[in-house]
Amino acid sequence: MEHYIAILVKAIFIENIALMFFLGMCTFLAVSKKVDTAIGLGVAVIVVLGLAVPMNQIIYQAILAPGALDAVLGITDPNESIDLSFLSFITFIGVIAALVQILEMVLDKYFPALYQALGIFLPLITVNCAIFGAVSFMVAKNLTLGESVVYGIGSGIGWALALVLLAGLREKMKYSDVPEGLKGLGITFITAGLMAFGFLSFGGISL
Amino acid sequence: MSSDTKKVLTGPIVDNNPIALQVLGICSALAVTSSMANALVMTLAVVFVTAFSNLFISIIRNQIPSSVRIIVQMAIIASLVIVVDQVLKAFSYQLSKELAVFVGLIITNCIVMGRAEAFAMKEKPGVSFLDGIGNGLGYGAILMAVAFIRELFGFGTLFNVEILPLVQNGGWYQGNGLLVLPFSSFFVIGLIIWAIRQWKPEQVEKD
Repeated sequence: MEHYIAILVKAIFIENIALMFFLGMCTFLAVSKKVDTAIGLGVAVIVVLGLAVPMNQIIYQAILAPGALDAVLGITDPNESIDLSFLSFITFIGVIAALVQILEMVLDKYFPALYQALGIFLPLITVNCAIFGAVSFMVAKNLTLGESVVYGIGSGIGWALALVLLAGLREKMKYSDVPEGLKGLGITFITAGLMAFGFLSFGGISL
Repeated sequence: MSSDTKKVLTGPIVDNNPIALQVLGICSALAVTSSMANALVMTLAVVFVTAFSNLFISIIRNQIPSSVRIIVQMAIIASLVIVVDQVLKAFSYQLSKELAVFVGLIITNCIVMGRAEAFAMKEKPGVSFLDGIGNGLGYGAILMAVAFIRELFGFGTLFNVEILPLVQNGGWYQGNGLLVLPFSSFFVIGLIIWAIRQWKPEQVEKD
């Protein structure tokens, strides 16, 4: 249990996917103008990450990992061992795209209010690199199924947290006197940089 | 070269820069800019993928049904990225280790997807190919500029060649510790955007 809590805390704060690995930055900077929309998108990302990471973990370990298919096909000679890991990019992105599409249909049928609130953000999650990045990290870290569920949800919460925080800051920033050329994107970059600075202080925590 | 062709090719470098104005492809711009060598490889990879994905998508644009176009585009982009990844692993294993998941993340780099959607779905193959190269170069220009500042002032080197001898190697230059940290690129990009908008005031955002 302790092990899972450690993974969760690590994914949310210490290895925050937005502010430490800079993933999902395009949406992070573009959709952080209002706190309400930021919360909606954040929830959607948590759900998609929580499903996509474990799902890809199963597919990777069962089919794509080096030697995974050997037992099924009855290959015993190590020279003939099948390694499909070069197909992992295209498989992951396919799974993510399919998952987002299914989620869209389910939400449309059973939770129309939430579906309306998310609107265009839902399909855009497919190209959010936070999802793809977390899946790639899952493979790199060689997580088990249980760990990948916790890691997926944790990194989703971390990303959503950073997004909502930035949106809150930007709402207040309307009242600040920002130099003409720095308005909008420029100052958002610098604010995000300062936030990353703050999150760096979690780096000293060892779990 | 006619003026239209030239505009498609060079426009994205300053006038319509993917990073500074279109807010596309920011994730990798932040993470791989600690050295000029990494930035150069990343630029070449993105130019290659954007140019060819634009070309192929443009060739089959009239055959793609619009309901599944995202998946079709993804499949083309992912295949191209797999090619880049395998080439890098074969010829420059050390570098591919350093760039790690970021090569894979070109798939979800919104520049590639954004240009495919905004340009290649409407225009002829030849001009789409040039648009891909132009946007890749615009992305690369910012990437190289950030890497130049970070490597020169952070480590005192350019392409690993010593320019400013560091104090710890018996020289006179005290490396800037902030620029070594990944999130310093937030500040550098923010300031570059400011500089571009001072030069081209029409890019300044309205409230």
